[in-house]
Amino acid sequence: MKKILLATLLIAAAPAFADAPIAVTLQNHKFFPAEIHVKANTPTVIALTNKDSTAEEFDSTSLKVEKVVAGNSSGNVRLRALAPGKYPFMGEYHSATAEGFVIAE
Amino acid sequence: MLSALLIVFREVIEAGLIVGIVLAATAGVPRRSAFVALGVLGGVVGACLVALFAGELASLFQGSGQEFFNASILLIAVSMLTWHNVWMASHGREMARELKAAGHQVISGKRTLAALSIVVGVAVLREGSEVVLFLYGIVAQGGTSNAALATGGALGLAAGAAVSALMYFGLLTIPAHRLFTVTSGLITLLAAGMAAQAILFLQNGGYISALTNTLWNTSWLLPEDGIAGRLLHTLVGYSEAPNGAQLIAYLATIVLMIVLMRTVGRSAPRPVRAAQPAE
Repeated sequence: MKKILLATLLIAAAPAFADAPIAVTLQNHKFFPAEIHVKANTPTVIALTNKDSTAEEFDSTSLKVEKVVAGNSSGNVRLRALAPGKYPFMGEYHSATAEGFVIAE
Repeated sequence: MLSALLIVFREVIEAGLIVGIVLAATAGVPRRSAFVALGVLGGVVGACLVALFAGELASLFQGSGQEFFNASILLIAVSMLTWHNVWMASHGREMARELKAAGHQVISGKRTLAALSIVVGVAVLREGSEVVLFLYGIVAQGGTSNAALATGGALGLAAGAAVSALMYFGLLTIPAHRLFTVTSGLITLLAAGMAAQAILFLQNGGYISALTNTLWNTSWLLPEDGIAGRLLHTLVGYSEAPNGAQLIAYLATIVLMIVLMRTVGRSAPRPVRAAQPAE
């Protein structure tokens, strides 16, 4: 009985997990993690926390996102349902160090 | 220095091309320089305010404030451009008939100067706030020599202004009677591209979830982050991978613009009176 209950809970919880934002941190103008794995063909939200004191723009042409996140604050970056593949992104204001990939699989 | 140059250059041409088109569309209109300058000034002030309150702006509307704001100002620009084109279509025709001097139809654009001033302001505000945030970030963290940054920024500004001026003077070489047609066409595509961009912001903000499927991808042919791709993105709304809602917004803007330009132009026998309330 307990097992069934647990299984039911897990199944019920599964969609919520798929929708949960993926936490990404920006510190010293670098993204952690710099490689973000998302489920293909499913919209995703990246919860970006900017720990630097200056603003950054999460910018990606292939992801079609331009989102400014102010210094010491956070913002949600919504990703559309992506076809499987590798999508580069960067912090436009510090593109030398702030870069990464979203991998949809 | 190079990064400052590139980023400032990129943002300046994006706003500058729009200013160039507006200047060409109002060639010969008295006091248009003052209106355009006012638009640029308003845009710069607005850009600083947006940069200053970036954090507050972002946290509005459950974290979608920035997207909502960007979409709103783009849609304001779209409606201003539409109004300008429709007004010009009806009055330009009348002026041409009465004055029989093609150059004069352009001069009738006086009425919509305020609208175009807003378009300039919006363009400068959008691109300018990114420059302000970028430059502020560099200055705030110190490290790199500020002189090099200032040089890079100034060179970027000069280069961007030069490209925009090239665009403007290029447009002016078009004979006056054709210039009106060309600028109307450019403004139509500019508005369509802005509408599609606004849809993208609404999608990214979570306001629109329908028709987000990518229709095609031409990044192999013309990447949107390359210089040609960027120019075309600003001018005609080129997108390397548009989605359904964006394409609908793009086409709908063009169709609406053409329909309004034709119907308002033809159905108003005395268009000078018909357009009064808008001023």
